[in-house]
Amino acid sequence: MKIAVCIKRVPEMELRFSIASDRKSLDQTGLKYEISDFDGYALEVALQLVEKAGSGEVVAISVGPDGVQETLRKALAMGAARAVQLKADHVPFDGFATATALAAELKAGGYDLLLFGRMAADTASGIVGPMTAELLDLPCVTAISHLELAGGRGTARRDLEGASETVQFPLPAVLTIDEGIARPRLATLKGIMAAKKKPLDVRPAQLGKVSLTVESMALPPERAGGKIVGEGPDAVPELVRLLRTEAKVL
Amino acid sequence: MGATFAFAESRDGALRKVAFETVTAARRTADGSGGGEVHALLLGAPGIAAKAEELGRYGADLVIVVEDPGLERYSPEVFAASAAERIRTGGYRAAFFSASAQGRDLAPRTAARLGVSLASDVTEFEMRGDAVVVRHPAYTGKVIATMRLAGAPAVVSLRPGAIAAVEQARSPRVEQAAPAMAPSAARVVVTETSQRAGAKLDLGEAPVIVSGGRGLRAAENFKLVEDLAAAFGNAAVGATRAVTDDGWRPATDQIGQTGRVVSPELYVAVGISGAIQHLAGMRTAKTIVAINKDKDAPIFKIADYGIVGDVFEVVPRLTEEVRKARGH
Repeated sequence: MKIAVCIKRVPEMELRFSIASDRKSLDQTGLKYEISDFDGYALEVALQLVEKAGSGEVVAISVGPDGVQETLRKALAMGAARAVQLKADHVPFDGFATATALAAELKAGGYDLLLFGRMAADTASGIVGPMTAELLDLPCVTAISHLELAGGRGTARRDLEGASETVQFPLPAVLTIDEGIARPRLATLKGIMAAKKKPLDVRPAQLGKVSLTVESMALPPERAGGKIVGEGPDAVPELVRLLRTEAKVL
Repeated sequence: MGATFAFAESRDGALRKVAFETVTAARRTADGSGGGEVHALLLGAPGIAAKAEELGRYGADLVIVVEDPGLERYSPEVFAASAAERIRTGGYRAAFFSASAQGRDLAPRTAARLGVSLASDVTEFEMRGDAVVVRHPAYTGKVIATMRLAGAPAVVSLRPGAIAAVEQARSPRVEQAAPAMAPSAARVVVTETSQRAGAKLDLGEAPVIVSGGRGLRAAENFKLVEDLAAAFGNAAVGATRAVTDDGWRPATDQIGQTGRVVSPELYVAVGISGAIQHLAGMRTAKTIVAINKDKDAPIFKIADYGIVGDVFEVVPRLTEEVRKARGH
């Protein structure tokens, strides 16, 4: 079982963000980075599948500047066998450009599965996985919350609004991973030591043409908020009055 | 003036609300650029053509219907191949999908087949010359990105609920078409679609959402939240990640960064402190009400109306008053 996991390095989302002076990017001051949350689940799924198969390897791949090496080392510490950095000055917001670079790298890799997180926490677009699948003409199931593999085929479940779908597919395939399928393990000290010696190849990213560009970024308008109607159940009639006359939602 | 394309999502033979939203967006685009036609694509099992009239009500001039017994359920490859083929041959300037669960799967596949990019999960858009300028909440909703998508066709997926469906009735022409590939040749097959028990109104479609957090203290106390939702009559029930992680509610009820992102008319947060992870999923609600015993809870900073108090006392009273206001 040979699995590639495409991971993205993103800012920690709990931090307070501010916009840089160019008005179209984040102010980098004080930002800390981590693996995008869904990509962490994808990595865990890959590690468990290879462990279960008893043979094979997990390869962690990331597009971006040298900072992504730290994220890739973390993946190696968790148990990936090797890593590839597709070097680019920055990761474009345009998911098709990124998918083009990943497809070029993954094409001849001989992978049984290509895993992605359902979407990256920063761009929040969720398009790189399915676009990579189309570029490689591979079967693809997105946003799966359950997975079983047997005899070169897979069965996955994906959640819909108020329903869920059971989906069958042959390998090799591209899957994007939703939350709830597996909780990422913590790297052990032994894993962290071993990761230092594992191969991390660096190649230039062959990004596609960028046609989706950021014109500006802004913080969402602050909600006025903060109006305390009152305390305890006695405040309820006033709340209901406000919902009816002021907010007009009742 | 060229036509504009809208994908019309359906499930179990019925149109989804988001289908009217994509048609509305296409109508607005056409009217804003000299009044071209709106072409809607509708795929499904035989009989789905009967739904074409409903799409006309929101402004579709032509409904392209692809009926096949193999399309009773969503078929990612057949849908993407058929949408891409139609968009390619139709010469559309813009193509609208929904960023629903199905649209999030279909839109990127279709765009990639067309060799173009995709503006995903868009809350506002505007055609500007040959380009479309879109707004998209990024970084868990903490940043609003304004982006320019160049090239034709401009493929856009719309956040469900962000573009309100507007009726603009016309009698659409109906054109039958064959699927671009045989459904039996698809490699990826949806073998079952199961409705989740108890999910009467979907979180993405409900005008009111009543959500519960750890402040409810135990799974069985969610009855308070359910009763309040029932009093509204048009409400769905949501939950925080802490609650779904503990198994009090199914994972699909989770609202937040890693769950559903919703923008209802009214959001009632019951016993929810307001962690960033949760706020990312509901901060765009039009009106937010918070009930929490901790007056310093962060939820009060973004709530339009707050009541500081014990949810076990406040919520039953609110349920009673809402029931009265609703006249039942």
